[in-house]
Amino acid sequence: MSVVRESFGDRCLTVFIYAFLTILAFSTFYPFWNAIVISFNEGMDTTRGGVTFWPREFTLENYSIVFKDERLMNGFVISVLRTIIGTISAILATAIFSYGMSKKELMGRKYYMIMCVFTMYFTGGLIPSFLLIRSLGLMNSFWVFIIPSLIGVWNMIIFRTFFRGLPAGLEESAKIDGCGNWGTLFRIVLPLSGPVVATLSLFTAVAHWNEWFTASIYISKEELLPIQTILKQILASNIVSEQTAGMDSAALARMQQAKTVTSKSLSMATMMVATIPIVMVYPFVQKYFVKGVLVGSLKE
Amino acid sequence: MARLTVSPDAESGMSLGNPKKKKNNFTRFFGQIDLQLMVIPALILIFVFSYIPMYGVLIAFQDYKIGSGSFLSSPWVGLKHFKAFFDSPDFNVVMRNTIVISFLKLIIGFPAPIILALMLNEVRKIVFKRVVQTITYLPHFMSWVIVGGMVSTMLATDNGSINMLLETLRVIDDPINFLSMSEYFWSILVTTNVWKEIGFGSIVYLAAIAGIDPHMYEAASMDGANRFKQIYLITLPSIMPVVTIFLILAIGNLLSAGFEDILILASNPALRDVSDVIDTYVIRVGINNYRYSYATAVGLFKAVISVGLLTIANYVARRAGNSLW
Repeated sequence: MSVVRESFGDRCLTVFIYAFLTILAFSTFYPFWNAIVISFNEGMDTTRGGVTFWPREFTLENYSIVFKDERLMNGFVISVLRTIIGTISAILATAIFSYGMSKKELMGRKYYMIMCVFTMYFTGGLIPSFLLIRSLGLMNSFWVFIIPSLIGVWNMIIFRTFFRGLPAGLEESAKIDGCGNWGTLFRIVLPLSGPVVATLSLFTAVAHWNEWFTASIYISKEELLPIQTILKQILASNIVSEQTAGMDSAALARMQQAKTVTSKSLSMATMMVATIPIVMVYPFVQKYFVKGVLVGSLKE
Repeated sequence: MARLTVSPDAESGMSLGNPKKKKNNFTRFFGQIDLQLMVIPALILIFVFSYIPMYGVLIAFQDYKIGSGSFLSSPWVGLKHFKAFFDSPDFNVVMRNTIVISFLKLIIGFPAPIILALMLNEVRKIVFKRVVQTITYLPHFMSWVIVGGMVSTMLATDNGSINMLLETLRVIDDPINFLSMSEYFWSILVTTNVWKEIGFGSIVYLAAIAGIDPHMYEAASMDGANRFKQIYLITLPSIMPVVTIFLILAIGNLLSAGFEDILILASNPALRDVSDVIDTYVIRVGINNYRYSYATAVGLFKAVISVGLLTIANYVARRAGNSLW
């Protein structure tokens, strides 16, 4: 590269790229930063405008109201529970399934695989699924978050590919030592599958935490709503309130507790609370997701 | 995205064993019952949650009433609901929006990560590159609810940053309520989608670029090619196979581009004329208005088109994959 001196055109290109990427990074980061700033700024002060890069009237009032709000905190707990239970059970169930599917001697494997792959092409659609969930009695049940998403066909294929890549000798020696298939899976194979388990767990956990649509159609009981769904309701009512000046009663009640907050400052604080877990796992996600994406897209 | 290139029959060859010493199938099956017990519960779950709904699409050809228990105890009405959809005034609106939004997402959302990857590849300052990557990957991990909240904060009429900026620059005199005006909706939707996914989408292309032999660049610069020419003549052609595969698959998934963004960003009913796509229409008429059979018919109409697109895409992708790799 150093053989040829940077030409004028090359330097222009470099300047353009750096400028463009700086603007892109800024415009990606700014909305997050602005939301954080507003969540730490006094609500009434924010309405006067001009709060952009730094809080003008710093306060923790917004957060203290959010953390005292039973509905939101309950939603937070529901989200945590569904993320933990949903991730562990889905990864475990999918790993067991994939291990079975990775065995060449499994009878009917070809038909099982066709059965799985067909679901990637065609689905019954929303309404038949909705009617099924209803007739199974999963409406207004916590398990609607867990059971239908227990087995992921795509994750099964990734797991299976990984299991096949493990040295066959390990499993053989386990068999000779008297391990059955289940024993081999739990004592030998899974302990060796750290990276793939971590990658898939992180993606599953993020998906569980971010998911809000299921609850919006299957759950009407307030105490089972995850925080994302509650936040969606709050934000939607805020957008409409820009025109109609109408606000949902929960937000109104919370506002009356303290005169300095507004629905906007509260929404931002709630948004931050709903984002904290993602930001906390993000470093780990970053470590694994490049691997995960590549496994997911290029492996087969 | 590439998930659908998996071939079910690729590895089936030896699974059925040698016919000469074929034991009784029952004996064999129970001989490996521990293995079968690993897969059967999962297959039952797949059967229940994927295959029963497939069977349930039959209500698209019935007049399904809420009270009637099973899927099949309702009167058959043939293609009535499909005809009703094709004849309804909603059809044109919904189809137009679905096609326009899908194509806008494809035309703008598909090249954007490639351009970003090409740009990131030209950055020699590692710290700068890492920072840009870390920031641009982040929105992918945020839920649409959070992203929607940020968008509406940015675009708010009361001191939203965009309106403040435009007013300061004297582009506008009064704040514009962007999220309630239909002429801005498609732009906002596509911009937000690109904003959310551009960084994450670039990972695959960066990986493809990383696989290019550096000697090619050395040779090119010896021959006097400037950086722009190197991008155009080396980098782009080298990642073209990956680009082709992803483009084909993106076309296959054209209609399944998701509806969460629309549900979130178009919570204002005034936008319905430009925001209603097949998926959101199904949710509204089906879940909210209880027209189950009609909504299932609309959903089935979309599913059939999607299967067609996917099948063609996967066929082409496999052909292209064989010839390119």
